[in-house]
Amino acid sequence: MTAASTGQRLPGYDRPPAGVHPPLDYPEYRSTILRAPRQPLLPLPHGLTEVTGPLLGEGRVEPGDADLTTRHAGEPIGERIIVTGRVLESGGRPVPATLIEIWQANAAGRYRLDVDSHPAPLDPNFDGAGRCLTDAEGRFRFVTIKPGPYPWGNHHNAWRPAHIHFSVLGRAFAQRLVTAMFFPGDPLFAQDPVFNSVPAAARDRLICRLDLGLTEPDWALGYAWDIVLRGPAATVFEPGEEPR
Amino acid sequence: MRLALTPSQTAGPFLAIGLPWADGPSVVPEGTPGAIAIEGTVRDGAGAPVPDALIETWQAAPDGSFPGDPGAPRPSGFRGFGRCLTDSKGRFRVITLRPGVIAGPDGGIQAPHVDVSVFARGLLDRLVTRIYLSDEPAANQTDPVLRSIADPDRRGTLIAVARDGRPGEFRFDIRLQGERETVFFDV
Repeated sequence: MTAASTGQRLPGYDRPPAGVHPPLDYPEYRSTILRAPRQPLLPLPHGLTEVTGPLLGEGRVEPGDADLTTRHAGEPIGERIIVTGRVLESGGRPVPATLIEIWQANAAGRYRLDVDSHPAPLDPNFDGAGRCLTDAEGRFRFVTIKPGPYPWGNHHNAWRPAHIHFSVLGRAFAQRLVTAMFFPGDPLFAQDPVFNSVPAAARDRLICRLDLGLTEPDWALGYAWDIVLRGPAATVFEPGEEPR
Repeated sequence: MRLALTPSQTAGPFLAIGLPWADGPSVVPEGTPGAIAIEGTVRDGAGAPVPDALIETWQAAPDGSFPGDPGAPRPSGFRGFGRCLTDSKGRFRVITLRPGVIAGPDGGIQAPHVDVSVFARGLLDRLVTRIYLSDEPAANQTDPVLRSIADPDRRGTLIAVARDGRPGEFRFDIRLQGERETVFFDV
């Protein structure tokens, strides 16, 4: 008998505390002006639809999808890097077998998409998209090229700091997250409204860490970055009887 | 100890590089018996179509089970999850099965519904809404989420409308802001 038919009470997910996510209405980022809702968000109690989620992966990810540098006959230009980390719940439990998808600009700060009008060169050997499934410990690992910063039209002389977009499905609809990873010490942080839309105390959670232990000598620098999704609200579970 | 949550960021204008799947809009393969289509347009606060949004859907199967439920009878090919990029006119279309009735968090019954996430440039966090079906009036009448919205016009933004003379086709427009703004949820 499924939970649906018994109507059993399921644990919901923790509501994020204030000071984590950016506000939707953030006019310094001009694209929000006509897109952020004006009405307040209504609280949605967590039922079965919110505490379940798609189990994707097999067939969705192919070997090699996590290495963005080996998709073409030649190698992309730029600084080869390894980006690795874990997807965890706020309670510390890893999120295994969840789909991570990334996309990014090339080393010159150009995206491979028609709408990118930045007059920087495309790299015939770089698409800028990758995906992988986390392993049993929630770990992911990508090999890619460090993206370049690029100008955009938000305000006069606006430049985005180098970043990689990350999409994480999580194990439940309530955990779904799209975010971005930035690099340490970027001098462009101070003038970037998208980065600064995040409450100040939480901004450094978007910045990866150079880890020489992850570096492959004579090959690629290694950066570490963990992604923390909200977990099930604190509830007592019998051992071996964890929520999905 | 609780680990600090990772903040959201916008998917930006280039999400089409990383997120669309060729089979994303097909929660079930096209032509599956009993399949329904839900289509609509995403518009901004000026009424302009949003050509760079991504819609994701998640829902129960017709029997109320979710893919991955232990022992749930799984209709052939039903993924539960859909993903569709909007086109140059802001339109999306998802092929799926009718969601089933499921239990509510407080023991009641929830009307058939589809949870929806909207990602786009200008959205610093995803927007979450729900699709209910206009040809389920009895179930919708007792649904706790719909009942919690007092204003009938606002409630109506969550109802996908069955299209005249086109069985199995529903229309669900999403208005991010302004007049007839869609109800969005804090999930």
